[in-house]
Amino acid sequence: MLGEGILKGLAETAKNFAGSFFSAERLTTVEYPEDRIAPIEAARVFPILIYDGLDWEAGLRCVACQICEKECPPKCIFIEKSKDKKPDVLGKPQFYPAAFDIDISVCMSCQICVEVCPFEAIKMDTVYELSTEDRFEGLLLDRRQLARPNRYYQQIHPTEAGVVDARLAADKVKSDAKAKAASDATAAKAAAAPAAQNSPKPGEGN
Amino acid sequence: MFALLDQIFVLLKHSLVGYFPVWMQPVVSVLISVVVIICLFPALFALTTVLERKGLARIQNRIGPNRTGPFGILQPVADGIKSLTKEDIVPSSADGAVHFLAPIVLVVAVFMGFAVLPMGRNMTLVQMDAGLLFFFAIGASTELSVFMAGWSSRNKYSLLGAMRAVAQMISYEVPLLMSSVAVVMITGSLSLGKIVEAQNHYTWGLPHWYIFTPWGLAGFVMYAIAATAETNRSPFDLPEGESELVAGYHTEYSGFKFALFFLGEYLAMFSISGLGTTLFLGGWSAPLEALNWVPSWFWFFSKLMLSICVFIWLRGTLPRLRQDQLMNFAWKFVLPYTLLILMVTALWRFLGPGWQQWVYCSAILIFAYIAMARTGLRRGHIGPRKYRYAE
Repeated sequence: MLGEGILKGLAETAKNFAGSFFSAERLTTVEYPEDRIAPIEAARVFPILIYDGLDWEAGLRCVACQICEKECPPKCIFIEKSKDKKPDVLGKPQFYPAAFDIDISVCMSCQICVEVCPFEAIKMDTVYELSTEDRFEGLLLDRRQLARPNRYYQQIHPTEAGVVDARLAADKVKSDAKAKAASDATAAKAAAAPAAQNSPKPGEGN
Repeated sequence: MFALLDQIFVLLKHSLVGYFPVWMQPVVSVLISVVVIICLFPALFALTTVLERKGLARIQNRIGPNRTGPFGILQPVADGIKSLTKEDIVPSSADGAVHFLAPIVLVVAVFMGFAVLPMGRNMTLVQMDAGLLFFFAIGASTELSVFMAGWSSRNKYSLLGAMRAVAQMISYEVPLLMSSVAVVMITGSLSLGKIVEAQNHYTWGLPHWYIFTPWGLAGFVMYAIAATAETNRSPFDLPEGESELVAGYHTEYSGFKFALFFLGEYLAMFSISGLGTTLFLGGWSAPLEALNWVPSWFWFFSKLMLSICVFIWLRGTLPRLRQDQLMNFAWKFVLPYTLLILMVTALWRFLGPGWQQWVYCSAILIFAYIAMARTGLRRGHIGPRKYRYAE
């Protein structure tokens, strides 16, 4: 019948109108600056650099391999490789980033840098209130601004961080065992060497 | 006491006018009324914009504006300041004079309509014997301003919007007039004051409003449809369909001129609702005899706001029509049905008081509605379009 659909529609909207005053589940609006939804674990905004220990500069996991820089689709990462090497967590001498900049005005939050990183050094942050008054310098973050302790990573992505930490710990155990075996082998070799050489070389023997 | 409250504005005006010399009194009296109308209805417009935004939000399960002032009631103030401080852009190829005049013509024409509306007992600005005629004559000139706006902007969207607006407004002007003529046939007068007086009596405490008669109810529904189309309100908002035409005829307007168009649109809604109230809902008369002590102006404005709420409700419910659906609906359903209402009204008058007039008139109207809807739907004149090739 003509007009029946209109009446049905009017009833539906009237139901919505009245319902929005009484039932909280209808009214899904979160009044943002005052109210916030609970942080979502899988959320991702912009990348951060993870460091171990307390000193951000010494603890940065990044070894400046520049894979993320090459993979980044919008080319928002700039890395300058160091000239010298310094030991990483495993004690192996590695390069480190002398400069690591991310232009978050260019970054598209695709997470490809995170996927390609072999050192678990770059992860996604969940902070989204990043507005600034300076749209050039304010959005170009250097390695100091990007560095976050591993503790922070465990806090924002607990599940993911658990997996990563377990893997890193296993690597550490493995490399320790390897180092131990190597040092044992050297020690054994040293012991097996003829004792005739009794005069120590300069710099040794203390 | 209640009589005093009822006439408080009239008495206030008389006492104010009394301070002026006799030769100035008629002019001053009219000026005061005009100033009151010019202040009151834009204030009502401000209230309606926030009411509409809140209402639509609730219909969509949102909260709506609540940032400016308590519950967002100061939102129209913020909007007003915003539109006043915005740059007024006129396209370089536009016809400057016409472009400037269009919003003014619209608002002036719409304001003129309020002159004849009885807003309460003894509260009509001009007691005109042909008030209804005056109202429609003035109302028709809003089409002119819409076309002025569309044409002078030199923008294809504006022009398309204006063309649609003119076609739509002229098409729906006819049923609007026809459904009002039914009331004139019963009352025997074009004076809006007399029309209200004719409805302002009661049997068993219930009013004799025209909406409570078969022809009046049918006429009111047709009037409401035509009024919605006449004021370019959803679902008949094709002239400014933002998803199709940017903003229709006021695409090239910004700042305060745009605010004037916005104002004119809402004022047209008020005036047409006011006329509908006067014609079918008993104007300023109380809905029950027992409520006669409440001031008459209160009833007029509550009925007005009630119809505005229905407008908002419809806007929150219905999607926009297509141009051919709009035209088919006007010429193939609404117009023939209003013509039938005229006949039925004549029959009502001819049969005289008694049960026969109720039974015969209702039967004819219901039967005609069903028959026309059935044939219309079957032939595809109204309802969804049947696609021949693309399905």
